[in-house]
Amino acid sequence: MMFEVSNMSFALPEIFMLVMACVILLVLAIRGDKGINSIYVLSQISLIATALIIYQSIGSGSGLSFDGTYIKDTLSNVLKLAICLINVFVLLYASSYLKARSLFKGEFYVLALFSTLGMMIMASAYHFLTLYLGLELMSLCLYAMVAMQRDSAVATEAAMKYFILGALASGMLLYGMSIIYGVTGSLAIADIAQALQTQEIDQTVLSFGLVFLLIGIGFKLGAVPFHMWLPDVYHGAPTAMTLFIATAPKIAAFAMAIRLLVDGLGEGQAYWQDMAIMLSVLSMIIGNVVAIAQTNLKRMLAYSTISHVGFILLGVLSGTAQGYSAAMFYVLVYSLMSLGGFGMIILMSRQGFEADNIDDFKGLSQRSPWFALMMLILMFSMAGIPPLAGFYAKFAVINSVVEVGLVPIAIVAVVMSVIGAFYYLRVIKVMYFDKPSDQNILQAPKDMQIAISVNALLVLALGVSPGALMAICAITFS
Amino acid sequence: MFSDFPLLSLIIWLPIFGGVAVLINGDNNPWARPLSLLVSAVTFVASLGLYVGFDNTTYQMQFVEQAPWIASFDINYFLGIDGFSMPLIILTSFSTLLVVVAGWEVIKDRVSHYMAAFLIMEGLMIAVFSALDAILFYVFFEAMLIPLFLVIGIWGGPNRVYATIKFFLYTLFGSVFLLLALLYLRHVSGSFSILAFHDVSLSMAQQTLLFLAFLISFAVKIPMWPVHTWLPDAHVEAPTGGSVILAAITLKIGGYGLLRFALPITPDASMALDWFVITLSLIGIVYIGFVALVQSDLKKLIAYSSIAHMGFVTLGLFIVFRIFANSATGSGAELAIEGAMVQMISHGFIAAAMFLSVGVLYDRMHTREISAYGGVINTMPVFGGFAVFFAMANAGLPGTSGFVGEFMVILAAFQADFWFAFLAATTLILGAAYTLWMIKRVMFGEVANDQVAQLTDINQREFIILASLAVIVLAIGLWPAPLTDFMHSSVEHLLTQISQSKL
Repeated sequence: MMFEVSNMSFALPEIFMLVMACVILLVLAIRGDKGINSIYVLSQISLIATALIIYQSIGSGSGLSFDGTYIKDTLSNVLKLAICLINVFVLLYASSYLKARSLFKGEFYVLALFSTLGMMIMASAYHFLTLYLGLELMSLCLYAMVAMQRDSAVATEAAMKYFILGALASGMLLYGMSIIYGVTGSLAIADIAQALQTQEIDQTVLSFGLVFLLIGIGFKLGAVPFHMWLPDVYHGAPTAMTLFIATAPKIAAFAMAIRLLVDGLGEGQAYWQDMAIMLSVLSMIIGNVVAIAQTNLKRMLAYSTISHVGFILLGVLSGTAQGYSAAMFYVLVYSLMSLGGFGMIILMSRQGFEADNIDDFKGLSQRSPWFALMMLILMFSMAGIPPLAGFYAKFAVINSVVEVGLVPIAIVAVVMSVIGAFYYLRVIKVMYFDKPSDQNILQAPKDMQIAISVNALLVLALGVSPGALMAICAITFS
Repeated sequence: MFSDFPLLSLIIWLPIFGGVAVLINGDNNPWARPLSLLVSAVTFVASLGLYVGFDNTTYQMQFVEQAPWIASFDINYFLGIDGFSMPLIILTSFSTLLVVVAGWEVIKDRVSHYMAAFLIMEGLMIAVFSALDAILFYVFFEAMLIPLFLVIGIWGGPNRVYATIKFFLYTLFGSVFLLLALLYLRHVSGSFSILAFHDVSLSMAQQTLLFLAFLISFAVKIPMWPVHTWLPDAHVEAPTGGSVILAAITLKIGGYGLLRFALPITPDASMALDWFVITLSLIGIVYIGFVALVQSDLKKLIAYSSIAHMGFVTLGLFIVFRIFANSATGSGAELAIEGAMVQMISHGFIAAAMFLSVGVLYDRMHTREISAYGGVINTMPVFGGFAVFFAMANAGLPGTSGFVGEFMVILAAFQADFWFAFLAATTLILGAAYTLWMIKRVMFGEVANDQVAQLTDINQREFIILASLAVIVLAIGLWPAPLTDFMHSSVEHLLTQISQSKL
């Protein structure tokens, strides 16, 4: 195996992130919770610096490294950049939440950075083992994070559920990988793709392996029928952790889906397309219909996530470059909207008050017209109403299935998006048409207020001119 | 002289940015009302530039603007108007001006939000009428729902939440099928340009599905029987301004959509299914007329009368196929389309006037029950005069604009089938019955109660609003030629488009 320094540069962002995470771990070990502020600042610096490194490296060569286990291409660059930037916002929002609840501890930041590292590895992995390594690094940090509020029975329960089901999913994924290894004789994604094209493959075994891979992906994305953990974890975890789980990890899971299904097993599309249709349609239906019955905003957003996952899969299952780029656009927009949605819950909450019921938003337009407007933008965007970013995401994925002639699925998608509009409208109704039940002014710090405004206005800006981001997504898969 | 100046962009974005400025200005600032008035007045004056610069000898799109918007999907910022959209745009800018003036003293709660919602709405509606790119059209078509949703929900009546959510979901349900149809057409034609859609050839099966998608989406908007049930609810709960915009313009977008999409893109399916649309229209005209007769709520009555009047629009648009079938020359077809267009414009003004009149009464009495009134003309003679005039126009009295459109459609219907004309003509009786009976109960007779006795007549602001509408209704009624002249070329072009099979 050749080990050249030039190869190392492909993993420079990950190496930098790893070093920084270790440094922060050391600071934590030496200074304990007294150094919490510097830990927070250091974490933000490492995320921003990593983003800068990734941005710098765009255009300076791409390809495989580390003996074909690692890839640097447009997809990995863009997704990693998005993961880092999203997490800058996540840490900012989360800090405001944690400070108010004596959860403001160094461990959170160490876990967050290691988890980010895991996501970045997932985005760049081009080998089943590398992929699995990234996935587990990310997931184990997330399990620990959910359990951090150890006095809370609900959070502990959520962590247990998340861990057990997550471990099960990892097991399924590994099993699938081992079967694929059995038929193709390789774990490297490039070799698998090659083998599928050139060799005689036992199709039954291949499809058998694909089932398990898809179950694993379905679990991590939260697609029906592998969604059971999602509402409980989103609801039970402290909002800051929910925020973390609901945003960047979805981008990483999308990367995993693309690497496995498209880059690796693109030849087996005939097999996985049908399964993906099932996952997608069920997710859209269950997610949207069940969300209507929720009174807890976090739980409602959890079901809304499930429905969004259905839409993302819509782009993937179309099996065209256009569809993949549409799904990529969707996942980026989704994480931005989800960031804003959970961010608003944190913004509204204060010590001893979680603000996670829909009724807690009553009369917000009179208490704080500006943030009501921001929430309005986010909700209409999630509902897919133009001129907001969420519309173009839905537009692009539905377009991609129409292009491949799957019109009945497109009909299900649009009907479900109308049903979905209802529960988003209910949040807006509560904010704008109801009288406020408490007169508390928002206590969130200024930086949080500015960040969430930027967040929501970005959703609006992407709605008015989605062209640039769409072009980036199109280039990725061209 | 207007060829290079982006006039359409100006009248789209001026009210939108003006609305945002009003919104940022906030409620505590006395500038919210004057600023809104300024923005809407400038927009109205600028929109008259379309009238002045319009060339009515061609059916080609005018005032065209084109720039790339979303390059990876080949979606363009493509604007242009023809004889169908120009009058509707001026109707829009005029109605918004009226709404701003009408809400001047009446709206006390969150004034800047109210004004901003209508200004933004204005820009979006003008954009809908001038968009020539399908996705651009769709974006504005849907975006319109947001301000109207908030207007009904915030300033509406007691049951406003139910009404506004019903309104939103109904129209959204319709329009998602439009999106599918547009995506499919792009798949077939390779472009999102509406003009390119007009030229693409489609099989009968494709056309039928596309036509049904168009019909679902625009029938909800118009609204046609039996998907009309959201309209009475929305109208009853909406504040006066919301009702005016809803009746005067958003309903017209449904009719405009049929003209712009369904007829020229799917002519063969339109022909094959014309019986379906005609049946629904006639049911709308006759049955809804009876329904209007029994209403006890002023706004509900006018809402039902709107549905009946819009039935004429769809009837006019779809009897052309029968006319072509009856005579090779298709004489009368032009009359039908022009009648439908005139009916849309005229209904825009009359419905606006009717809702504003109800608004005048509601502001004083805070009730819309017909039984709460009686003998209003004794205490409000000037208002009474206007109200009776508008009621007459609503009933289709010759000399008012209400007569012109209905008469043209009925006349054309004779060329298609006697019974169509016969059923459509019953509206002249039914319309007169429910409108005049309402007027009799509200306006005439003894002064019914103390509240009516204490009514004060309309002030100068209300007088100006109603008088300007009365002048227009009378002008179109007496001399509709200027209006129809503008449409002539576009109507002829539409007729050639729909008489050519696309199979």
